[in-house]
Amino acid sequence: MTELLSDSAYVLESLPELWFGLVMLTLGVYLLLDGFDFGLGILFAEADETERETMLAAFGPLWKANEVWLVLFGTVLFAGFPAVYANILSRHYMLVFAILLALGLRGLGVKLREERDDEQWIRFWDACFVAGSTASPLLLGAFVASWVLGESSALAVGPIVVGVTVVALSVVLGAAFLTGKTRGTLRERVIRRGRAATVVYVGLFVLTAALLFVRYPEFQSVIWSLSTAAIVISTLVFALLSTIAAASGRDREAFLAAAGLAVAFVLFVATLLYPAVDPAAGLSITDAVVSPLSLNLTAVFAAVFLPIIGAYFVFLYTLFGGPASPETGYH
Amino acid sequence: MCNPYRRIAGVDSMFPTSEPSIPALASAYAGDVLTLAFLTPELASRIQFGWTITIHIIFAALSVGLAPFLVYVTVQEVRTGEKRYARLREFWTKVFAIGFVMGTVTGIPMGFMFGTNFAAFSTAAGEMIGGPLSFEAKMAFMLEAVALGVLLFGRERVSGKMYALSSVFVALGAWLSAFWILVVNSWMQTPRGYEVVMEGGVPIAKLTDPTAAFFNPRFPWMYVHMQNAAIISVTLVIAGIAAYFVWQNRDSDVWRTALRAAVVVLLVTSAFQAIHGDMYGRHVAETQPHKFAAMEAHYETGEADLHLIAIPTDLDAITDPRADNLYTISIPQLGSFLASGGDPTAEVTGLNDFEYESPPVAWVFWSFRIMVGLGFWFIGLGAWGTYRLWKGGLYDDERYLQALMLSSPLGFVALITGWYVTEIGRQPWIIQDVLTTADGVSPPLSSAEATFTLIAFVVGYVLLFGVFLYVLKRLIDEEAERHTVGIEEDDRPDSPGVIADD
Repeated sequence: MTELLSDSAYVLESLPELWFGLVMLTLGVYLLLDGFDFGLGILFAEADETERETMLAAFGPLWKANEVWLVLFGTVLFAGFPAVYANILSRHYMLVFAILLALGLRGLGVKLREERDDEQWIRFWDACFVAGSTASPLLLGAFVASWVLGESSALAVGPIVVGVTVVALSVVLGAAFLTGKTRGTLRERVIRRGRAATVVYVGLFVLTAALLFVRYPEFQSVIWSLSTAAIVISTLVFALLSTIAAASGRDREAFLAAAGLAVAFVLFVATLLYPAVDPAAGLSITDAVVSPLSLNLTAVFAAVFLPIIGAYFVFLYTLFGGPASPETGYH
Repeated sequence: MCNPYRRIAGVDSMFPTSEPSIPALASAYAGDVLTLAFLTPELASRIQFGWTITIHIIFAALSVGLAPFLVYVTVQEVRTGEKRYARLREFWTKVFAIGFVMGTVTGIPMGFMFGTNFAAFSTAAGEMIGGPLSFEAKMAFMLEAVALGVLLFGRERVSGKMYALSSVFVALGAWLSAFWILVVNSWMQTPRGYEVVMEGGVPIAKLTDPTAAFFNPRFPWMYVHMQNAAIISVTLVIAGIAAYFVWQNRDSDVWRTALRAAVVVLLVTSAFQAIHGDMYGRHVAETQPHKFAAMEAHYETGEADLHLIAIPTDLDAITDPRADNLYTISIPQLGSFLASGGDPTAEVTGLNDFEYESPPVAWVFWSFRIMVGLGFWFIGLGAWGTYRLWKGGLYDDERYLQALMLSSPLGFVALITGWYVTEIGRQPWIIQDVLTTADGVSPPLSSAEATFTLIAFVVGYVLLFGVFLYVLKRLIDEEAERHTVGIEEDDRPDSPGVIADD
């Protein structure tokens, strides 16, 4: 205990790096879990009323818990690297509020469509739901890219391409999630859309890597390295696996392979960033990390509560597993 | 990596100037006239944060205050199987759910505003407040979100015991959430357990003693006062809605149950709040004398009276309350007596004698009076109802039921004005005696951007609040309809032992 509360040394020498890993992990889990929801929201656009009820029944019990990972990511970053939290948020002032607006529209849309039995009302909030679900991954992707690439504004080629890539990834994830949740024609269409989105995603992923290589000379050595090669190859493999598994009706494998795509994506983000945490301000992990006492304490809390949070999610996804029915709807 | 990572040289290098944004460009082209209309980044950020928390705290307090009631009715439902508890649980779970969604939607931006609008504050205090905020997300918010999923969607999927447990977890989540948030806020009022270290020309508060920092002198006062205020606010809402249904249908067993409970809880909690609040005031006088002086509009150092009632004698008194423009009913020397803990002639430092500028006195002075005045009204309401309950005739006292209906939002008014005293009274400091609010604002923030998002937040949160009221009204109408359709079957208590399922 005394060692733990020491203000001169981290409990583990590599604790700052581990905390950086945790920041990336929470970002990854968020992109994965809310990716299901965003993708579902995008595919919602072409569904009929019964299909929409089915989709919302699948979405209902899970999305709020998924969204909490965004808060977890933000606070984990804040607790470990407060200056980075302050820098990247204040630097992307308008973008951050645009992301929050998109997320708000998404959450509100789904809640409010149920509030009135009026065709126009429902259509309006459905449109908000779809728009919010599309804009959220686009803006989030642009934000993450602008942070990692050290851009001062997300209105640059790199961030925009990455934003679109994250939209495609969300469709892949949403389709994989819905495949196990639906039956009949809806399921077949979702599988088709998932397949198309996977092709688009892989194309965009490779395009992103190429673009970074050409436009951002400081990243050339990272892109031209074994780790990036491994990430690109695993992206291709996961894409192939998920397509094959979906075609042969193995939902679970297709789902896991799609999740693998998201993992590979976040690994790529982490590889590009490390050992910096805020390239635009020239801050590395060691520059920006909080002092030993503070990080030791926060790490102990994380070590206790992250497994518990993991258990919550296993419980939640098991409890609400299996196909959703339109009668359940959203309430 | 090819980037040489240099150590931060100063605050400017940490915030590289961004490309001019669209609103900034627009304002530049529109000329000076338009530029003048923008607020300073500091003022816009303060109003934005103050406004968003004003709305957010309604939902936060709704969660905190409703949680114990929800546990009570859910446990009773599972235990007794009586339908009236199932009905109450069903209704209040729906209210809780919409409150939680609203709380999430209005609350998430607040955490991010630490970074967007108060970046210098976040950098300086990150080590002190980042930890507690992450504990809140990990321990509390997660638990609440997951357990609420079960409470809302899982009635048929889990056992009765498990279901009751999920309501306990939702409540625990809400209360833990408030715990960590108030750890952060109380630290900003009475900071302890830190030392200021200069890092690259920027002062950073380093954590030296977590226990002293988390359980700083203000924390226990604030936590008890806030949690109880949340319970009072929700009790008034429950009492108001129950009164409405009873007023419509005197025989409703369901809502008579709710009304009885609310009236008694109101008396106990509001009486406690008054006693506790009095002691809390003394603590504020000791730890933040300038806030206490602003609460009493006490400008000249010397003996202080306590103004029980203050009525403005001219318009200036509203914006600038002072001894000479108020008609007051005061108890001489009581201010001194309270502030010093017993000495009626004790000297109380006046606002003119602090080395830094005063907080906006009018906001603090009037907010304090509204809060205290309402507090006494709640005690009266509680006593009136409890007397009626004891003597009989609670359900037939037309005037009392109407008073409850009209008073249902007033708990939140008292709670919000109480926070105005706490937060506005701390100005000009963002962290008492450590960092001023002006120094805490994000360096790269432009007036145009800050004003633009302020307007968006005002419009957005008004709409959100409107949506909440609309949904609440719909829930109430639905419930009222059930009364007229199925009073007989619905309100008759079931035979005990049968689990009521819906």
